[in-house]
Parts: sequence; C-alpha cells; structure tokens
Amino acid sequence: MNEYPTRLNDDAPMVRFSKVSKRYGELTVLDELDLDVSANEMVSIIGPSGSGKTTVLRLLMTLEDVSDGVIYVEGEPLTHMERDGQLVPANQAYLRRQRSKIGMCFQHFNLFPHMTALENCMEGPIQVLRLSKQEARERSLDLLDMVGLSDKRDQHPIRLSGGQQQRVAIARALAMRPKVMLLDEVTSALDPEVIGEVLNVIRKLNAEHNLTVLMVTHQMGFAKEISDRVCFVYNGKIAEAGPPSQIFDAPQNPRTKQFLSAVLQAN
Amino acid sequence: MTYAEFLNEHGARLIDGSIITVQQTILAALLAIAIALVMGLMRLSSNYVVRSSATVYIEIFRGTSLLVQLYWIFFVLPLFGITLEKFTAGFIAVGMNLGAYGAEVVRGAIQSVPKGQYEAALALNMSPFSRMRRIIFPQALILMLPPWGNLFIELLKATALVSLISVTDLMFQAKQINGTTYLSIEAFGSALVIYYIMSRLVITPGMRWLERALSRHMSRA
Amino acid sequence: MFDWKWDFTIEILPRLILATFNTLMAAGVGYGIALIVGLIFALAQRTPIRIINWSVREAVEFIRSTPLVLQIFFVFYVGPQFDLRLSPWTAGMIAIGLHYASYLSEVYRAGLESVPQGQWEACRALNLSTRRTYFRIIIPQALPPALPGMGNYLVGIFKDTPMLSVIGVAELMHTANALGSESYRFLEPYTMVGIIFLAISLPTAFGLRTFETWVSKTLGMSKSKK
Ligand SMILES: Nc1ncnc2c1ncn2[C@@H]1O[C@H](COP(=O)(O)OP(=O)(O)O)[C@@H](O)[C@H]1O
Ligand SMILES: [Mg+2]
Repeated sequence: MNEYPTRLNDDAPMVRFSKVSKRYGELTVLDELDLDVSANEMVSIIGPSGSGKTTVLRLLMTLEDVSDGVIYVEGEPLTHMERDGQLVPANQAYLRRQRSKIGMCFQHFNLFPHMTALENCMEGPIQVLRLSKQEARERSLDLLDMVGLSDKRDQHPIRLSGGQQQRVAIARALAMRPKVMLLDEVTSALDPEVIGEVLNVIRKLNAEHNLTVLMVTHQMGFAKEISDRVCFVYNGKIAEAGPPSQIFDAPQNPRTKQFLSAVLQAN
Repeated sequence: MTYAEFLNEHGARLIDGSIITVQQTILAALLAIAIALVMGLMRLSSNYVVRSSATVYIEIFRGTSLLVQLYWIFFVLPLFGITLEKFTAGFIAVGMNLGAYGAEVVRGAIQSVPKGQYEAALALNMSPFSRMRRIIFPQALILMLPPWGNLFIELLKATALVSLISVTDLMFQAKQINGTTYLSIEAFGSALVIYYIMSRLVITPGMRWLERALSRHMSRA
Repeated sequence: MFDWKWDFTIEILPRLILATFNTLMAAGVGYGIALIVGLIFALAQRTPIRIINWSVREAVEFIRSTPLVLQIFFVFYVGPQFDLRLSPWTAGMIAIGLHYASYLSEVYRAGLESVPQGQWEACRALNLSTRRTYFRIIIPQALPPALPGMGNYLVGIFKDTPMLSVIGVAELMHTANALGSESYRFLEPYTMVGIIFLAISLPTAFGLRTFETWVSKTLGMSKSKK
C-alpha cells in the first residue's frame, strides 16, 4: 500500500476513489476506477445495468470492502487507516467514525417497518449521535416538513405510498447530517406519477443543504437539469465524465452515444 | 469392556430392535398418510358436518400427548371390547397421531395452490373431482413433500414410545441392555446413533430424492 | 359411557390436579431453558468462527433427529456411570430443555433470516452499532415471524412432559399410572389425563394466536387498521 498517501493535501476533494477495484470471485466489477467529487458538487452516475454503478455507492457507504485501491473522504482514507505510516484495512471503530460523514438512500427505501415515519428519522440521531429525544424530534419534524410529510409522521411505512416512503428515507438519512449523500436509483421502484415529488426533494438537497450528492439514476432529463457533472460507467471504469451539456449533447465516447440513444429510444 | 466387545455381545439385539422400529415406522407412516389425506380433504369440505368432524379429530389428536393416546388405545380400548395386540396398538397410535399433523400439512398445501389454478380448471369446465385430481393435488403434492419429510422424522422418533407398552423396538432393546449391563452410554448412545442414521441418512435423503423425482416427472408430464 | 365410575373420578381428581401443577412446572422450566439455550444455539451459528458454527449446527441436527424419550433415559442413566447422580427432575429438565432448545434455535434462525438484507444495510448507512442493530431493528422484526413457531413449541413441550414419567417425574402421566395400578382401573385416570391436556392446550393455542396478531399489530407491521 506504499503507493497510496496516508492522507491527502488540504486542497483534497470531498471524495476520491483512487484506483479502486472490486471483484466478486472471478468477476471484476470495478477495475482501477478513479473518481474525484468536490464539496457541494452534484454528480450523476449513469450507465448500463450491471456496469457497477451501485457498487460505486456501496463501496463509499462501506457496505462492501474494496478489493484494491483506497477511497478518501475529506482527505482522510475511508477504507483504510494509518498504522506506523502505512495504510492498513480499516477496523470497525475507524469505519464507524468515518461512516458518519456519509448517508445513503436505497432503491427499495429499507425503512424500518416496525417504526413510524418520525421514529425512523429519530432512530439514528438518538442511538448514534446521542441527541436528546427532544432535539432528535425537532430535527426530524423539520426534515419531515421539508419533504412535505409532516402529516404522515405517525404512520408506519406500510401505510405510505412508495413516493412517501422514499421521502421519509431521504429525511432519515438527512437527520444524520451527512456531508455526502448517496442516492441509488431512488425513483426506480416508484410509480411514474410520484417520481416528481421525490425529484423535488432532491432538488432541495443540493440547493438548501449544501450537500455533496452522488446519484445513480435512469432519469436522464433530471440528471441533465440538476447535475454539475455526469459520469458514464462502463466496463468497471468511468468511461466518460463531464458537464451534462457535454455528455448528453456531445458525447465523445461511442459507448456513451450508444447507451444514450438506447435510453432515449426506450423513452 | 471395549465397544467392539459390547457390539459383539449386544449388537444382535440392537439389530432386532431396529427391525421392529423400521416396521413400526413404515406401518405408522402408511396409516398417517391415509388419515392425513382423508382428514385434510375433509377439512376443506363445504359440508359443515364433514368439516367439523375432521376438525374434532385433528384437535383431539394434536391437543393431547401421544403417550396418553397410546396408553388409552392399549389399556382402555379393551374395556370397550376392542383389544389390540401391542405391536398393532403401537403403530396405530403413532399413525393416528401423526396423521392429525399430516392433515394440516395436506390442507395447507392444497390451500397454497394459487387461486388462478382453480379458476383456470373451472374455466375448462373440469369436474370438481378432476380439478382436484388433475390440477390441484399434483401441485399441492410438490409443496407438501418437504413438511412430510419432517413429519416422517417426527414419526420415527415417536415410535420410540411404543417400547413403553413393551413392543420390542430399538428403544426397548436399549433399555434392556442398560438394565442388565449398566453400560448406559454404550446402550443408549448406540441407539441414539442408529436413530440418527435412520433420520438423516435414510429419511432425509430419501425425501430429497422423492422431491427431485417428482418435480422431474411433473415438468415432463 | 358404560362402566364410567363418577365417584372414582371424583376421588382421584385432587391427585390429578396436583400432578397438573407439576406438569405445568416441568413445561414452564423446560421452556425457559429452551428459550435461552435456543438463542445461544442460534447466535452461535451466526459467528464467523467455523468450528463453533459447525459443531453447534451438528449438535442441533443430532438432538432434533433422535427421540426425546431416549435422550431422557440417556441423561438420567449416563450420570451414574460417572458417579454423577442427577435427580429425575434435573435430568428431565436438561433433556427436554436441550431438545426444545434445538427446535427453538431453528425458529430463531428462520426469524433472523426473514429480515431483509436491506434492513442491515440501512442500519449500516445510519451507522448503528451491531448491538443496536440487533436489539432495535432486527430482533423486533424477526420476532413476529418467529412467534408462531415459538408458540407451537410451547404447546409441544407441554404435551411431551408425559415422557418424563419414564424416569419417575411425578407429573400427570406418572400419577395416572400410579392411580391405575393401585385401583386396577385405567379408564378414568387415562381419560381424565387426556381431557386435562385438551383443556389446557386448546385454549393456550388459541391464546397464542391472539397474542401473535396483537404483537404484529402493535409493531405496526400488519396492514389492518389500528
Ligand atoms: N454480492 C455480489 N456477488 C457477486 N456479484 C455481484 C454482487 N453484487 C453485485 N454483483 C455483480 O456486480 C455487477 C455490478 O453490479 P451493480 O453495481 O449492482 O450494477 P448496476 O448498479 O450498475 O446495475 C453485476 O454484474 C452484479 O451481478
Ligand atoms: Mg444498481
């Protein structure tokens, strides 16, 4: 691990993937992937199904271990920690500390079914951040208000529509005050008529919460409208990245062209 | 005394007992299957009397202990003029008891066949009997095989109780050997291992094989 | 019914009722052991340590595949071979407790496995500790699907207590045997024992069903209106 610095310079990006590989047995999903995301940047990740988009987010959330390479957050290693001037795989305590910088929303929401909307949001702040019940409640109510669900706060997930559940999930992640927010196809499991309400909440994330956002999405129109940068993932690498105008209107890579025309045709 | 010497001296009794245990198991299993099919279907009948009599049977046999049922059949039934030989009383009690559990398995499996299957068969104007026989039951059969595998193991274990009315099964022989030699680990331990072999190395693989054979047969048919 | 003697029935009733308490106590203590040891068995099978994993798994399989009555004899008689004398009650509770612990460990395991992977991941994303993840998120969800199995085995252990009579635990069956051999009348004792079992197990089973629905409603996980 000598080639990787134990910490990055002060001008380091919010997130850096440094030659990150992920393998499942024989299958190489990510192949020495490099990616920098600056603070407050909104990055969309697009690409064909199975290309490794979700894997990028899951590695950053530390739901999976990297096979090779290092991920840095705020200049500090995330997947590894320093010991005697060397990087070694991070232990649980270190992971728990670093993980607090990152929040994630899932395609299938993963709300806790035995808790109400409000209880879902309060769980992390109370148990992990050690806020008082009162503080956690106020924070959660504010966020539920922000996502337009104040009136549903005492409902269990099973009584909420998909769009409402996903908005609660976003509020729950925000309640932990993460610096980086990961959104994995948060609208893919939703009926078309409720996608808009979730997208509206995501618009606010970047505008009002100063968050760095990494978003995997199939909503090309939305990605174009909101992203600062779009990354096209192909074959375990970022095949092309750039501002939305470039990626969508003048893609350089033939694979990007092919993918976009297939998506446009489907719509 | 080494274990080899123990086996040399008492192995024959353990084998005799095992043979009786196998006989009890097979006879009780056949009875249990017959009762389960009849009672399970009766539970689904639209006729109130038919349905309730099955419910009463099932609740009585599942609500009391097998040992109580066994003693009742062996010691009390003769007072009503029905005297059964101990071997017969043994497998009848076990079969009737496990049949009640099997009835619930049969009912559950039939009810888990998707409703669309009934409706499709109805739309083809099949008679109620052929709907059950040709469409519903074959699909239910596949669903009920895994729980039947567990029931057969329970049934094998249950036959150990017939030793208490002096049927000379494996359990009985182990007790006899223990009583004469006081070699409890050897006597009861050997019996435990033999029961384990029958459960996991005979019944479980046998049922797996049956499941595979049946689903192959069904997907070809 | 012919030949049924009511005065004899009434005469033996006090002893049967007393024995019923012993039966209930045996079932209760045995179940208590099974609940705790079963959880240990279940969690032991989730440790990453291969050898623990494997040996507990095999032990559970072995106990589940062999007759309880034989295990009761085994525990009771093997002790003295090593100069360790267990009372019938102690031996009986160990045997029946371990037997049902191995059943319950399977129920717990299935319950834990029924909680979707996404729940673990959401806990990770919220940075909840392993302990909190288990106690606040996973176990509350694993419990409702485990309850029916746990309830069945509560009734099951109750119905298996007559096997303890073989080593002389003075529960219902043992008492009925004694009454029968004292009076040469088996009709009333055995029938009464059957009726007592029915009178306890049927309402218990019904009560457990009601409890299950209540729990999943209280946790807000069922669709029905509160
Ligand atoms: N736990 C796993 N074990 C084996 N293969 C996996 C696992 N998770 C993902 N994969 C494989 O990795 C590849 C990329 O998956 P993913 O990142 O989910 O793709 P995307 O989100 O772009 O559709 C797929 O081929 C998938 O089958
Ligand atoms: Mg994906």
